[in-house]
Amino acid sequence: MADDPQVVKTPASEVAPAEHTRSGSYYRPNVDIVEKAEELIVRADVPGATADGIDVKFEDGTLVIHAKVPPRNQDVDFLVKEYGVGDFYREFRVNETVDVARISAELADGVLTLHLPKIEAAKPRKIPVKS
Amino acid sequence: MVLRYMNPTHPVHQLRRELDRLWSQVMGDQLEPPWTGLVRGQPAVNVWETEDALFVELETPGLKSDQLDISVVGDQLSIRVQRPEVEEKGATYHRRERPVGSFSRVLRLPAPVDADAVEAELQNGVLCIKLPKAKEARPRKIQVVGK
Repeated sequence: MADDPQVVKTPASEVAPAEHTRSGSYYRPNVDIVEKAEELIVRADVPGATADGIDVKFEDGTLVIHAKVPPRNQDVDFLVKEYGVGDFYREFRVNETVDVARISAELADGVLTLHLPKIEAAKPRKIPVKS
Repeated sequence: MVLRYMNPTHPVHQLRRELDRLWSQVMGDQLEPPWTGLVRGQPAVNVWETEDALFVELETPGLKSDQLDISVVGDQLSIRVQRPEVEEKGATYHRRERPVGSFSRVLRLPAPVDADAVEAELQNGVLCIKLPKAKEARPRKIQVVGK
């Protein structure tokens, strides 16, 4: 399987990635992860995030979701405050059966949906039995 | 031993709330303990007021406007959300954290509002409800006449 040309290895970056310098809290989005025969689907709740603030990275077998949420209502006096507003961040380990080059993402109504297609070799295959 | 502390009326929770309150006073605008007293999936709210309106904000990711039911009766605002359960055929769930089902919140409003002028806006999964205060609840500037 290691020789399979479909396996796309991401090169380790030579330059260290920039560290997050923004202060403030990060929140862990709730996610659903669904596995189908063809792909894995990750749905993450990122209310308040806009498409241009979404940063999805796949590096060294780790899928990183970072959704920037522009601050809102900062100068008001809250009567009730049950949740905080801030960026969403979460990491997942993903095994090599994902075709990294074809990962796609979409955002609708505050939900980020990621499609992680499986590589051909990892798809289930029915073996016909001859009689 | 652990079970004993599951009871929300246990003094250890009172102590925790008290410490949280003190902490938020010292730290200024810090997040209050989230989800205290909330059932999982119940929408959490932020409420603030200005001189002439009350604002209620909820995080409602994935909800369409027809899955929301907002009504004002007297001094109560009730919000009902319906998150339909989508069962995917031939699929395996590895994580299932996003809430599904119907949930509702009823909030007692601290000031009378003009129910006809309530507006709600849904944007990027955040619902903001603006409730203009009733005339008698708005502050009236009193002109001081010098003689």
